[in-house]
Amino acid sequence: MAEFTLPKNSKIQPGKHFPAQGAKKPRTFRIYRWSPDDGQNPRIDTYEVDLAACGPMVLDALLKIKNEIDPTLTLRRSCREGICGSCAMNIDGTNTLACTRAIEECASGDVKIYPLPHMPVVKDLVPDLTHFYAQFASIKPWLRTQSPAPDRERLQSPEDRKHLDGLYECILCACCSTSCPSYWWNGDKYLGPAILLQAYRWIVDSRDEDTGARLDDLEDPFKLYRCHTIMNCARTCPKGLNPAKAIAEIKKLIVQRRAA
Amino acid sequence: MNAKDLRHPIKRARGLGSAQSGVGHWWIQRVTATALVALGLWFLVTVLRLAHADYTTAHAVVARPWNAVLLIAFVIAMFWHAVLGLQVVIEDYVHTRWKEVSLLVLVKFLAVLGALASVLAVLRIALGA
Repeated sequence: MAEFTLPKNSKIQPGKHFPAQGAKKPRTFRIYRWSPDDGQNPRIDTYEVDLAACGPMVLDALLKIKNEIDPTLTLRRSCREGICGSCAMNIDGTNTLACTRAIEECASGDVKIYPLPHMPVVKDLVPDLTHFYAQFASIKPWLRTQSPAPDRERLQSPEDRKHLDGLYECILCACCSTSCPSYWWNGDKYLGPAILLQAYRWIVDSRDEDTGARLDDLEDPFKLYRCHTIMNCARTCPKGLNPAKAIAEIKKLIVQRRAA
Repeated sequence: MNAKDLRHPIKRARGLGSAQSGVGHWWIQRVTATALVALGLWFLVTVLRLAHADYTTAHAVVARPWNAVLLIAFVIAMFWHAVLGLQVVIEDYVHTRWKEVSLLVLVKFLAVLGALASVLAVLRIALGA
């Protein structure tokens, strides 16, 4: 069966408390901690951060904690402006990017921060995305053509280019896939919303000539049809994209090429 | 070291490849759903109108050719749709392969038996057996 309870060694224990001394505007952050090295269960550490001396985003607070309070806190981050997708995590109950999520937008009370759900954890807020990336590679996400390569770029009309809007913006942060219950239960085979949106990005590209083979590869009860239009993906996407719609378009194309 | 650690992640991601099916399931689930909207409404109205009827009236209503045809259509669409839905639930949540396969086969057997029994019941009335 799908597992609905955490295994014994994943049960979360109470953790350490780091109070802020003389803070003007304190805010409490409760953060998931787990290290592969100490044999301990995961725990929730509590950090009080003085927002008067901190940037506005959750990532600012996390870096302030790492720099000034607890250097052992581990997280991924890079561009700090929502384009690299490194700092995807579960903040205040929603998968999003720490760099584009304002602390003030979080519900009143403590700000709870966990790694992306239902992924193996490497350490603290760093999930293991190996399988996710391998699934991305499996759809062969590059232009596949049969016609001979032209001497210049392959051209695309502005109308055809418009079909890529809402798709090319995806930064593969994995917020959507890890918010999807179907991906939680069957992520080994189900490609998940992020990878299917990427697959559609190539299916709908006017310059790609391997559409049929791409649809062949996706037509599978698990790779594609585990999508039950739960819509968590569209709700959580920090870039405001709609992977569920891309999946629906793929399903439509597969129906289109057969007799009713 | 676990033997699986030596495999490249792409091996696991590609798995056994595409089953080249699934669209039939998806399409029939939607077709039967659409049919059930109309047939279900008709069934509901027919049953409600028989709420206070006696056995002979009910028997006569079912025996009318159009009613018998629609009733059989309703039963088939209903069992078909139910089996497709249950299949998805089992595939989603039952991850022990032998249990999954046994349940899938069992559900299909039960649905076919249920449908056959229901159709036979309507036919016996309609054909006056």
